[in-house]
Amino acid sequence: MSTLMNAPQPQAAAPLLSVQGLTVHFPTGSSRNAPVVRAVEDVSFDVPHRSIVGLVGESGSGKTTTGRALLRLIKPTAGKVLFDGQDISGLDEARMLPWRRRMQIVFQDPYASLNPRMTVAEIIGEALDTHKLAQDRRDGRIRELLERVGLNADHRKRYPHEFSGGQRQRIGIARALAVEPDFIVADEPVSALDVSVQAQVLNLLQDLQRDLGLTMLFVAHDLAVVDYLCDEVVVMYLGRVMERGPTRLVYEAPRHPYTQALLSAAPVPDPRAPRQRILLKGEIPSPMNPPSGCVFRTRCPHADARCAEATPPQRDLGQGHYAACVRIDEITP
Amino acid sequence: MHDTMQTQSERDVVLSVQGLKTWFHSRDGVAKSVDGVTFDLARGETLAIVGESGSGKSVTSLSIMGLLAKPAGRIEAGKILLRDRKGQEHDLAQASAATMRRIRGAEIAMIFQEPMTSLNPLYTVGDQIAEAIVQHEGGTKAAALRRAQALLERVEIPAAARRVNEYPHQMSGGMRQRVMIALALACNPSVLIADEPTTALDVTVQAQILDLLRRLQAESGMSILFVTHNLGVVAEIAHRVVVMYAGRVVEDAGVNDLFDRPTHPYTQGLLSCIPTAALLASRQRLAPIPGNVPSVTALPAGCTFAPRCPLASAQCTAAVPELIPVRPAHHARCIKVLASADAEVSHA
Repeated sequence: MSTLMNAPQPQAAAPLLSVQGLTVHFPTGSSRNAPVVRAVEDVSFDVPHRSIVGLVGESGSGKTTTGRALLRLIKPTAGKVLFDGQDISGLDEARMLPWRRRMQIVFQDPYASLNPRMTVAEIIGEALDTHKLAQDRRDGRIRELLERVGLNADHRKRYPHEFSGGQRQRIGIARALAVEPDFIVADEPVSALDVSVQAQVLNLLQDLQRDLGLTMLFVAHDLAVVDYLCDEVVVMYLGRVMERGPTRLVYEAPRHPYTQALLSAAPVPDPRAPRQRILLKGEIPSPMNPPSGCVFRTRCPHADARCAEATPPQRDLGQGHYAACVRIDEITP
Repeated sequence: MHDTMQTQSERDVVLSVQGLKTWFHSRDGVAKSVDGVTFDLARGETLAIVGESGSGKSVTSLSIMGLLAKPAGRIEAGKILLRDRKGQEHDLAQASAATMRRIRGAEIAMIFQEPMTSLNPLYTVGDQIAEAIVQHEGGTKAAALRRAQALLERVEIPAAARRVNEYPHQMSGGMRQRVMIALALACNPSVLIADEPTTALDVTVQAQILDLLRRLQAESGMSILFVTHNLGVVAEIAHRVVVMYAGRVVEDAGVNDLFDRPTHPYTQGLLSCIPTAALLASRQRLAPIPGNVPSVTALPAGCTFAPRCPLASAQCTAAVPELIPVRPAHHARCIKVLASADAEVSHA
C-alpha cells in the first residue's frame, strides 16, 4: 500500500467521533471475583461532523454510560474513542484537559446539575476559567452566552433556584457552549421538562447545532423526539447496539426485531393511527448475567436455537444501515 | 375509539365532578391548585385528564380519593358525586372519614406513578392484597391469599404462585405496577383512578400496562380516570379527554374530536409542541408555547393562559372565561372561539 493511501483522510470526510468496540464493566465488589455489571459491551458507531446522532434505548440499555464513557467521565474497560482521529480512551487527566474543551455535556436534570450556591455568572465563568478562555472580556462573554440561549443577560447574578426548569436547562446549555466545543453529548436534555417547554429547548438545540456547526450525540428514550432531531440513530439494548443507521431508514423500515417492537410500542399522538403493536414479553434481563448469544433473544418473538449460540455480527444493509440479527432475512425479507 | 354521541342525560354517569375548587393555604398565600373543575365519567369509559405540571390534574384525583394533605389542602367548593354499586349517590366532597374508608378500595381505587412508594416494603405482595380483601369483605386470611394469587394471575404476573410470596423490592417496576393494579382491583371497584401509571416505565413495558388496563376494563366494565401529561398515551387509551391548565379545565371533548379539532389555543399549542407524524412528514419545526406555566400562587387574572396565548387581547384578562360548547360534547374555555363556535353549533 502506498504512503499516500495510509495518509490521514481529510477531516471533513472522517467522522468527528468514532466509537470502536467500547466496553464498560462495573465491578460489584472489591474482590477480584466479584461479578461485573456489563453496562456497555462492544459498542461501535460514528458521529459525522455537524450531525446529530440519537442514542436510544430503554433503562438498562447502557446509553447513558456510553455517552459518559466516550467523554471519559467514566473510564472505558476496553475499546477506542477516536476524536478527530486521535484515540482519547487511554489519556491521563492532564493530557485529557485540552480535549475536554472540545467536548461537553448537557445533563438530564437541570435541578441537580447546577451548583445551587453559585450565581449563573459564576457557573458559566467557572467553565471559562478552567480553560482560560475570554479572560479579558469575561463578563461580556457571559452576557453573550446567556442571550445566545434565550435568557436575559441581566439575570446573570441570580441563583439557579430563581429560574424555571426550562431556563435552568438553558443555563446548562450556555455552560456547555462557554468553551466553544465541537461536540456535545446531550443526555436526555428535555426528559424532565414540561411538554410546552421541551419544544423550546429542542428548537434551541437545533438552532445551535446549525448556527455553530456543532456535532451532537443526543441520548434519549423518546423516539418521536429522536425522529424530529437526529440525522442518524443508534438503538441499544442491554449494553449492545441492535441497529443503527440514518433515522429515516431505521424508522421507516426497522430491521431488528427489537427496533420493530420499540417503535411499535411508542404511543402515537393520533387516536386514528393504525396500531399493530408487537407486545414484548417480560422485561430487560440483568446486565450482570446477560443471555448468551443475542442478548435480546429471551424477549424476541423470532428467536430460535441459533440465537443462543453466538453474538450476532452487525449486518451491513447498505446506506450506512446496520442490524445485529442472524434471522434478518427470514423476518424482514 | 368512539366519540360520545349520547347527550349528557343519556350517559350512565358513575362519577360527576362539579365546580370543584381545592386550595392550599400557607404563609405564602393561597394556592388555587384546582379552581373550578367539572367533568363526568361514564360507566365503562376511560376519561383522560391531561395537563402539564401545576395544571391541578393530580390534586383533582387526590380530592376525589379524599387523600389531600390536611389541613393545608381543602375542598373549598363543588361536588364530587359518586354513584355506588347499589345506585346510591354520595358527595365525596362532604363525606366523613368513615364513609371515605368504605368507598376507597370498594368503589374507587387508585394507582400511582411510582408503585414502590405505595407498596409496603416490609410485607409480601400477597399479604398486602389479602389485607385489603379482609378489610373490606371479611373472610379468612387463607381465602384472601388464594384470591390474591388469582388477582396476580389476572394482571398477568408470571409464576403467580411464587410471586405472591415475594416482597416489592424483588420485582421490577413493571411487575410492581401490575401488583398495584391487582391491589386496586381486589374489591372490584367501579372506578379506577390511574395517576401517571406508566410515566416511570419503559416504553415497551408501558405498552404492556396500557394493554392490560384496556383488557381489564373490557372484562369488568370499570371506568378509568387516567391522569397523564402524555398526549400519545391519551390517544392510545382515552375515550374522552379533559385538558387542564393552571387549575382549570380549558377544553373537553371526545378523543377523536380533540385531536382532529383542538379548539382552545392551549390545546392547539400543546399539540404543536410534540413531533407528530404530520409534522415530521412536512419537515416543519415544532412551534413551542412561549413562556412558562404560571405559579399557582400567582395566577394571572382572567384567562390564565392569556400571557402565553397568541390570540390574547385585553378582554381575555377582564374575566375568567366560561366553558363554551363548541360542538356536541365538546367545550372550550376561550372567548376567542365564541364567534366561530356559534357558527358550528348552529350548523350541528
